[in-house]
Amino acid sequence: MSTAAGQAGTPAERGARDDVLVRARGLQVHFPVSSKGLRRRRTGAVRAVDGVDLDIRRGETLGLVGESGCGKSTLGNALLRLVEPTAGRVEFDGTDVTALSAKALRALRRRAVMVFQDPYASLDPRTTVGQTVAEPLQVHSLHRGTEARAARVAELLELVGLDPSVASRYPHEFSGGQRQRVGIARALAGEPDFVVCDEAIASLDVSVQAQVLNLLRDLQQRLGLTYLFVSHDLAAVRHVSDRIAVMYLGRVVEVGDAADVSARPQHPYAQALLSAVPLPDPAAERRRERIVLSGDVPSATRVPSGCRFRTRCPRAFSPCPDVDPALQEVEPAHTAACHLHGVVGVPVAAGEHTGA
Amino acid sequence: MSEPVLVVEDLRVQLDTPRGNARIVNGLSYSVAPGETVAVVGESGSGKSVSVMALLGLLPKRARVTGSARFRGRDLLTMRERELRAVRGDGVGMVFQDPMTSLNPVLTIGRQLTEGLLAHRKVSGKREARERAAQLLADVGLPDPRGALDRFPHELSGGMRQRVVIATALAGDPALLIADEATTALDVTVQAQILDLVARLQDEHRTGVVWITHDLGVVAGVADRVLVMYGGRCVEDGTVDDVFERPAHPYTQGLLGSLPQLHDGGAGGSRELVAIGGTPPPPTDLPPGCVFWPRCPVRGDERCATEQPPLTPVGPRDGAGAGSSAVPHRAATFYDAARGAGEVGS
Amino acid sequence: MSAAQDPVAVPARRISVRPARGRFTTALKLLLTSPPTLFATLVVAGVVVLALFDELIAPTGYNEVDVQQRLLPPGQGHWFGTDDLGRDVLSRVVLGAAVSLQVGAVAVGFSLLVGVTAGLLAGYYGRWLDTVLMRLMDVLFAFPAILLAIAVIAILGPGTTNAMIAIGITYTPVFARVTRAAVLGVKESVFVRASRSVGVSDARMLLRHVLPNAAPPIIVQTSVSLAFAVLAEAALSFVGLGTQPPAPSWGRMLSEGRSYLEDAWWMAVFPGLAIVLLVLAFNLLGDGLRDVLDPQQRSALEAARAKPRRRRRAGVGA
Repeated sequence: MSTAAGQAGTPAERGARDDVLVRARGLQVHFPVSSKGLRRRRTGAVRAVDGVDLDIRRGETLGLVGESGCGKSTLGNALLRLVEPTAGRVEFDGTDVTALSAKALRALRRRAVMVFQDPYASLDPRTTVGQTVAEPLQVHSLHRGTEARAARVAELLELVGLDPSVASRYPHEFSGGQRQRVGIARALAGEPDFVVCDEAIASLDVSVQAQVLNLLRDLQQRLGLTYLFVSHDLAAVRHVSDRIAVMYLGRVVEVGDAADVSARPQHPYAQALLSAVPLPDPAAERRRERIVLSGDVPSATRVPSGCRFRTRCPRAFSPCPDVDPALQEVEPAHTAACHLHGVVGVPVAAGEHTGA
Repeated sequence: MSEPVLVVEDLRVQLDTPRGNARIVNGLSYSVAPGETVAVVGESGSGKSVSVMALLGLLPKRARVTGSARFRGRDLLTMRERELRAVRGDGVGMVFQDPMTSLNPVLTIGRQLTEGLLAHRKVSGKREARERAAQLLADVGLPDPRGALDRFPHELSGGMRQRVVIATALAGDPALLIADEATTALDVTVQAQILDLVARLQDEHRTGVVWITHDLGVVAGVADRVLVMYGGRCVEDGTVDDVFERPAHPYTQGLLGSLPQLHDGGAGGSRELVAIGGTPPPPTDLPPGCVFWPRCPVRGDERCATEQPPLTPVGPRDGAGAGSSAVPHRAATFYDAARGAGEVGS
Repeated sequence: MSAAQDPVAVPARRISVRPARGRFTTALKLLLTSPPTLFATLVVAGVVVLALFDELIAPTGYNEVDVQQRLLPPGQGHWFGTDDLGRDVLSRVVLGAAVSLQVGAVAVGFSLLVGVTAGLLAGYYGRWLDTVLMRLMDVLFAFPAILLAIAVIAILGPGTTNAMIAIGITYTPVFARVTRAAVLGVKESVFVRASRSVGVSDARMLLRHVLPNAAPPIIVQTSVSLAFAVLAEAALSFVGLGTQPPAPSWGRMLSEGRSYLEDAWWMAVFPGLAIVLLVLAFNLLGDGLRDVLDPQQRSALEAARAKPRRRRRAGVGA
């Protein structure tokens, strides 16, 4: 598991400053595909997450970008075991999440939480926002007693910039931005360490997105949170992240410091992705040269052999169809899985993704 | 500049709701010249989508639409349903956010394309219609266009479907293309393909395009002119360069300031975004003065609270005069960004 | 960002996480201010009062035979007329209310409890539990309802109580299916995933989130089934398997009156009217309840009532 996720150095060095909160190794989520008809036979699998190594350091924001269907949301869910991984392991603060019992897993849900995309769908329409925010407190028996609990709910609502008196209202009375604040308050109720923001601003209006991004960062600084910020919005990811991981077809293809990845993307896919982001600046738009990729993302049931990007890659060459490239260091703390970089032809070791 | 394909004047849309009379669009005027792209930008609830649905007669009957919208000289708002349908299929092409709203899930792509062509007598027979349909799909960059004719919408990916919708919209060689959040649901790499495609087709056919979107990045890339909507009103318009480089309305300034930048100097997360506080006013309860007043960080003039500022030309700046371009740069505000305070026009 | 500008913000005070006004007070108020549901509530309340105080209200006993007075038309002394044995129809209608209401409540209560539980578990857990429970329900569903009820009574023996159980069993699969379908939709919703992500247990999830959100179709089904249960009791009594003579039930009276329809229409019409009225009331009440138990509908209703002349729904957003 040499150059896993951006963090260079010998194992000893890493052990010395082991500031990793969440560690994924060979993580795999395959969804079975069954044939139609009376006899449902398993005919294949959607390889949503297909061998991901990722380290998320304590207190950082790791941005996870990629296009729809690349498996970024599934990865976020699998880290919290909201989706069951089919192989590999996830360590949270040293404990193996994939091996936890149902009871231990519920306890983990206090410390590792998620903020969901659609604030209109993620709140129960028949529950007041106060009850929604209080739910983690009840589930984990925190702040026992009606008084203490109400006080804590008020505190949480204030923390996310809402007036505590709204606790007795129902979600439909709120705007999208306000609902997302409620969703964040619920996530923070149990004083978590790790928050997965799964497209948390995607459904919000532009001016409200900025409010929520500012709030998320403010909360991170005040509460020392660690974020995995999953989004297709590269500008937002660039803004909030310390490091960025780029995913393509179930695999992390590039990881590095946010500034490095956005300024000098190394993987041809990351380069194309970044070049396609429209910039809110007409002069820059006229100068910009887009790398327009041909074709569509292949189906996750039929992942190409070798490098999975080779079918659309403008720079594919001889080793690409045969060798699945491993993440290798391109520059300090910046890795990419491409034969153009590092030692040509270093494959992903066969044994690595069976759970090291 | 040649005769505009579309001239919208004082468009207003009102609707009765349980919470009162909703004033969704309040006096919108603009025109689109052949080959020109006018972007209408706004957040949800700004009335941008309703304003184009009103043009095409796609609103519920109880919506009250006033003003005029002349397409090649004829007012769309007073047309009968039959004429309007003819215009929708022939002179005006439409592309919406969700391609499945425009495609019939139980008919093949080929059937849907050829039916339109035959209905509007663009072709002489079925065989020719099929040829033409395949050509259209090839034009929009669909791989294996002939094969695609016999497939159903669900067999295609989202980007492919949106291309098919664009092909359908372009089948009648429209003089005007209306794209309502047409690339919002697509991935950026696919969006880039679609934007290139529309630009190319627009160049070839001199199509006028109304591009409705909330994405300022897309606007910067495609638009010649920009119209910023807020609370059903146009708060600023002008060329894309004027509006993006010298935004005059506090809302436009706020919107641009609230955007995270991809190529931002310094370490990620160092800059606080300038968010606009609060939320847009509901259309049933618009403020009496400037629609942006409740959220405005400037409030440059006491009239803002009580009086609706008209769209007035933005004052000339050092070196560059507002008159240097054929398109005026106007903003509906009493506040002059150039001078920091004071009045505009009047 | 300032909360003061947000539309729902009001000055801070002691907070409560519970709904502002009691949910049921608001719901009840809304129910009683709408003419159809007010009517329905009054009818149901009226029948309940009849059932509770039947012996005080009824002018005569249910089986006071007076052959001299047989088949008298409605008029002085006998407002609803008399039947073929000279018994007062009004008294029998009043005394039959308890039976009809009891049948509805007990039978539907039974199928509600069993059916909703089965549907909830089958829909939520899926897999083998779903297969086993729903195939069981399919078997019950495969028989025509009345035939099944007859079979149940054949085992248990005739009588009002057994009729109730029989009717309850026949409606169970309907509730199971309706519940399961609703649960399948609700359990995929994001708020269920969101609750799971903070560690909510299955039991809490089912009771606090899944069941309340799956409730609307169940409520409608309940009101429909209440109506059908009253009719089913009538049908069972009609073939002699429900209420045993001489005890009155609306269904029995209807069936007995049928043979005298040409000579004494009042024998069938009055119990028939009672059934129609009660069935109608249950349906109206079910629809009303479904609306006022949904917070969003409740707000819309409150807004609509506040502006009585503007009752149309908002349909257009930009």
